Amino acid sequence: MIHKYSLNGYNIVMDTNSGAVHIFSDAAFAILDYLDDNVPDEPPEYMIDKLKNRFDEKTLRESYAEIRELYKKGQLYSKDDYAPFAKMLKGAPIKSMCLNISHDCNLRCRYCFAAQGDFGGARMLMPFNVAKNAIDFLIAHSGSRHNLEVDFFGGEPLMNFDVVKKTVAYARSLEKPHNKNFRFTITTNGLMLNDDNIDFINREMSNCILSIDGRKEVNDRLRVRTDGTGCYDEIVPKFQKLVARRPKDRDYYVRGTFSKYNLDFLNDIKHYLDLGFNEISVEPVVSDTKLDYAIQEEDLPRVFEEYDKLSKFMIERAKRGKGFDFFHFMVDLDQGPCAIKRLRGCSCGNEYVAVTPTGDIYPCHQFVGKSEWKMGNVLDNTLDEDMKDRFALTNVYSKPECRNCWAKFYCSGGCNANNMQYEGDILKPHTISCKLEKKRLECAVMIKAALADTEST
Amino acid sequence: MKQIKTLNKANLKESATKGGCGECQASCQSACKTSCTVSNQKCENPDR
Repeated sequence: MIHKYSLNGYNIVMDTNSGAVHIFSDAAFAILDYLDDNVPDEPPEYMIDKLKNRFDEKTLRESYAEIRELYKKGQLYSKDDYAPFAKMLKGAPIKSMCLNISHDCNLRCRYCFAAQGDFGGARMLMPFNVAKNAIDFLIAHSGSRHNLEVDFFGGEPLMNFDVVKKTVAYARSLEKPHNKNFRFTITTNGLMLNDDNIDFINREMSNCILSIDGRKEVNDRLRVRTDGTGCYDEIVPKFQKLVARRPKDRDYYVRGTFSKYNLDFLNDIKHYLDLGFNEISVEPVVSDTKLDYAIQEEDLPRVFEEYDKLSKFMIERAKRGKGFDFFHFMVDLDQGPCAIKRLRGCSCGNEYVAVTPTGDIYPCHQFVGKSEWKMGNVLDNTLDEDMKDRFALTNVYSKPECRNCWAKFYCSGGCNANNMQYEGDILKPHTISCKLEKKRLECAVMIKAALADTEST
Repeated sequence: MKQIKTLNKANLKESATKGGCGECQASCQSACKTSCTVSNQKCENPDR
């Protein structure tokens, strides 16, 4: 299987199963219209006849020979040999945990999937005893995995920061005895940042996610306090202080959500850059399509146009030595994840779980509050292994629409929670998310092509 | 090659036999949380 597209002057051909990515001349690109998962020894004469009014015959035969060479090397129309691996994904250790340290929030963001912070239940903070048991649970279920990840999430984690600090100290005390390396991350809206917690976050957290939606008018329209006022003016200087003090070898991301209200989100990305932030993630709002800010099918052409503009902007900046990271355009074509990782996908409910303030375990943070998806509890060390196995087998081979999709080893089957919420089945990909993901991948690969082109000239 | 330029040397099939150590980050633990992307994660297998 291949995927071919032209974007920004580049004819790009992606070989799905080998992961190879090629840039084709116009003649070589045109030949692909006459091939179908097979490249015979000699070029079909009817193809030469059809194309020789557009390209000279020598170029066509040379192009065909190169296509044939890639085919023989397994870099074009390569076969899908991975299905047997997909059956071996059961029984994986748990290595990542989203710790919902606070089911309360000091913002009431209108698009919040966590029901303004309480996940549809009571507002409460996680007691240390629950967090301690969660760490014990993670170690006990992590098998031989050395790197363990804990994300402090909410709600707003800074509302329960004493427990964050105690949990980090407790986990660190177990690293040596259990030969583990904890990587902590935190997602915060920034309101309660101060010198003390900034220093702690910069010391202990391998990554921190700073929630802000870009321009003041965009941010303050949906990211509002309980009294309805926007938070931009208060959070920006705090985020700037955190980033200025953060060691350069530690990641952070400013993370925004775009909605129908700011389909021109490139302007928000430019605004982040103006504020001094250059590790950026901006994601489409995930919501019921009936809501007025929802991204709907009819908005996609406009969103795609914005991704195209962003791509050209990133290329232009990179050529001037002023590149920045855009999370959803990051793709490492050489040393990216192995095929097994790509089969595992997001790992929710299998290698990754979320824990609530009462200790309940869910497949991920987006399933929290949906009681039918409760998998166990860290206080009594229970875990629904049948549900874990079900998620382990939720991959691109068990999702019929993914099986024959060119992007299957890049997105790895998408977000199971979105699939459940908007399509009613964890195995049925969320249509709009799929289309957005494919467009982002096309842009990401085109940027690679453009920058490779720059290097070679 | 004159008509085709290949951007990468990696082959996913080789990674299937050497991969699967499981030490890399879960995608939603990075800057995601709402839209799954796996191919942008870093490989952490020193033996690959």
